[in-house]
Amino acid sequence: MSDERDIVLTINGRDHAVRVEPRRTLADVIREDCGQTGTHIGCEHGVCGACTVLVDGAPVRSCLMFAVQADGKAIRTVEGLASGDELSVLQRAFMEHHGLQCGFCTPGFLMLVTGVLEREPDISDEDLMDVLASNLCRCTGYQNIVKAVRAAAAELRAKP
Amino acid sequence: MSVAGATGWVGRSIRRLEDPALIAGRGRFTADLVAAHRVRFVRSQHAAGRIAKITAPNGATVITAADLTDVKPIRPMLHKFDYVPIAQPVLASERVRFVGEAIAAVLAPTEAQAEDAADAVEVDIATADAVIDARDALADGAPLVHGEVAGNVIVKGTVETPEFAAARAVAERLVRVAVRSRRQNALPLEPRGGHAAFDAATGRITLTCSTQTPHLTRTAIADLLGMPEAQLRVIAPDVGGGFGQKMSLAPEYVLLVWLARKLQSSVAWSEDRRENLIAAFHSRDQYIALEGAFDGAGKLVALSADVIANVGAYSCFPTTCAVEPLMAMVELPGPYDVRGYRCSARGVLTHTCPMAPYRGVSRPVITCAIERLMDRAAAAFGLEPAELRRRNLIDRFPYVSATGLTFDEATYVETMELAVKHIGLAKFRARQKDARARGRYLGIGFSTFSERTGYGTPAFAARGMEITPGWETVEIAMDPSGFVEARIGSSPHGQGLRTTLAQIIADEIGVEPRLIRVVHGDTDRTPYGFGTFASRSLVIAGGASLLAARKVRGKLVKIASHLLEASADDIVLEAGTAKVAGTDRSVPIETLARAAYHQLHRFKGEIEPGIAESATYDPPGTFSNACHVAIVEVDVETGGVTLEKFLAAEDAGRIINPMIVDGQIHGGIAQGIANALLEEIVYDASGNVLTSTLADYLPPTVHEIPPIELHHLETMSEATVTRAKGVGEGGAIGAPAAVLNAVNDALAPFGVEIDEMPATPQRIRAALRAAEKRP
Repeated sequence: MSDERDIVLTINGRDHAVRVEPRRTLADVIREDCGQTGTHIGCEHGVCGACTVLVDGAPVRSCLMFAVQADGKAIRTVEGLASGDELSVLQRAFMEHHGLQCGFCTPGFLMLVTGVLEREPDISDEDLMDVLASNLCRCTGYQNIVKAVRAAAAELRAKP
Repeated sequence: MSVAGATGWVGRSIRRLEDPALIAGRGRFTADLVAAHRVRFVRSQHAAGRIAKITAPNGATVITAADLTDVKPIRPMLHKFDYVPIAQPVLASERVRFVGEAIAAVLAPTEAQAEDAADAVEVDIATADAVIDARDALADGAPLVHGEVAGNVIVKGTVETPEFAAARAVAERLVRVAVRSRRQNALPLEPRGGHAAFDAATGRITLTCSTQTPHLTRTAIADLLGMPEAQLRVIAPDVGGGFGQKMSLAPEYVLLVWLARKLQSSVAWSEDRRENLIAAFHSRDQYIALEGAFDGAGKLVALSADVIANVGAYSCFPTTCAVEPLMAMVELPGPYDVRGYRCSARGVLTHTCPMAPYRGVSRPVITCAIERLMDRAAAAFGLEPAELRRRNLIDRFPYVSATGLTFDEATYVETMELAVKHIGLAKFRARQKDARARGRYLGIGFSTFSERTGYGTPAFAARGMEITPGWETVEIAMDPSGFVEARIGSSPHGQGLRTTLAQIIADEIGVEPRLIRVVHGDTDRTPYGFGTFASRSLVIAGGASLLAARKVRGKLVKIASHLLEASADDIVLEAGTAKVAGTDRSVPIETLARAAYHQLHRFKGEIEPGIAESATYDPPGTFSNACHVAIVEVDVETGGVTLEKFLAAEDAGRIINPMIVDGQIHGGIAQGIANALLEEIVYDASGNVLTSTLADYLPPTVHEIPPIELHHLETMSEATVTRAKGVGEGGAIGAPAAVLNAVNDALAPFGVEIDEMPATPQRIRAALRAAEKRP
């Protein structure tokens, strides 16, 4: 495979100029070429959601998108959620409510919910649960993820 | 422990010390490491046959069994119960025995190139007849999976107590149940993976892999490759869940170390989800038939059991495949008082993926069997299920069971009464009656069970295991700045043990948990130990932590008594200082540490330099317990089951961190619900796995798990030094039975019984259709 393409991925505000084969997934290129390993790969067929990132603000399974499709787009990953040492409201809520155990699915849940709450801050609880059903967690039985997400949604809504 | 209640750290839901890195995407998982070579495995597409020819594409680096003449096969050992040792080559040689078995390894600079090359490897297999189901494997003339194992029975345990025959003979009523548990995959969200790197300076190999057992992994691989253990370092970095699947040795890791030594380079393998579903270890595939003999008052007087465990094609290291049938045999009477007991338990080889421990090991299935029996018996006697259990649960302690287990103090009856109260049983029965009148079918199901945890060395020795992983060592050192490091042989991977052990140590030595770093998962940095599995780590590593911390405390007190010129008996350690009780004289603990290292002359030879202590704990074993209750609605038109509510009243002894305990129970219950209703690895008749994606194998999402209500009792058992019992597996042990009993309760008006897990819509509809056809 020699037909490589030069693309630029803007990850958390930083440009990464990379040369990739068209067949390579966004997840692989974020991790391997751009060194951002906080995005995890759990199934590579779009079911588990561990690889969820935001592409131009929308949650995307990065294992189901080719890197070349994200050329020039703004990508956000878990590494970009905190401002310096200050965690996002959602990150803090996950810690306070024990929304993570092994932590492997966590980046995907954080990006999924961050994207949805930014686009739909007034989302109904029912719709929020539908959104959470997009991703899999094997450790928590979802109880504390639900608590964390509800708490973060309420806190964000209460903010001016 | 020395400090209790609100002033101490134990008992508080402090935030986890593990979280800051994980929440920021700074965790370090195996697949994050870069290697010079990527490895892909070529796997068998046939369940049984002889390898005729392997053809490698031009230019590809392909390793087969023919290259591994210096590698011993994996041959786990057990010394009892007619166990027949069998060998598993690291790569299949001559024969293949299950779909997914690794036949060849392909190396390339990138994952994509390795996958391309692996796809181009041609393997000719002369296929043979395969046997997939355990009962078929027991039939006369069934194909033998290993020629040396007659009748495919690799292990057989039998027991009959002297009271059995007479008790059964005079029983009032015999109740029977035959339970079938289909096959599950533990399904950690991070699949397995390994990275092996050669160090040119020392000639050592570092294997980083997603394991629950780094020290045992080092021992096993060094033995198989004939290398000194000192030449191998095994690191378990952040591990994305294990649930047992990552406690057994992956043959793939042996090959990675072999390759790194041969190439004097670095190699890495990341298991993909399909490989994980078909070739990582499976679990739960069992038939259990029970006959309960009850007296006129509904008291179980004799129990007879036949256990058939499908163990797959090979035996897992270190436990061997005997772990499921033998645990079933010894623990089957569960929390019930019965003197007459007879059991036959067999492990049966088939041409399927090997079985290995998965959260609960055997007990989810035996609990399901005996809890179905109790519900059937309750129906036969016209009693509420809870009432029949009341008449049978163990309520005197210590209690020595029919199989010789000593049950320490627990709350079998009390947790059930708590569950009955909080679920509102009487109200539910009224609601159920109303619903039935309107054509809606609600059901309630109870499950009372014991969870044997903190297995010490004798428990494993009783099973005849070559390796008896009953103890753990913890080393605690305080550096000159007063910072504490606790190095443990256990290997947590999501359980929050860095936090809970720090809480235990903090209360002993008077420093905050944030100043205590628990180091694990690195054979170069930690004392030899067995790892994290079997709900053992908080009990065993926690006990060793307490004992080691007491030694550190003793030393700090001695140093303080010198510096403060007070009697050691008057020294109190708390909030980072050593104080003389009843005075305002104190010294910061870090000053004690400085003195121990830098001012030894002050102690006139009465203090050894430095602060470093170690302790080992090998417990007698203990039993946690709980009662689970599920409320379901069954749609009789579709066979779909909706869980309305789940409640658990549990007792795991002293709770170190309530938030973490709840999290463990939640997760276990979710996996148990999946066991009961959703997850099934399906083989076709020729041994192909039909559920090789997450679109076919169905782990639950948030929609399938109802709100879980928890209640706790804390029995301070004398059986463990921390008074804590284990809690990792209970959720998964109790939940399947509660759900299945609830489904059966819902379907009671139709006269059908579902004794197979998972109770899928297809199975429920099939049972209802069969009932409709009955005259």
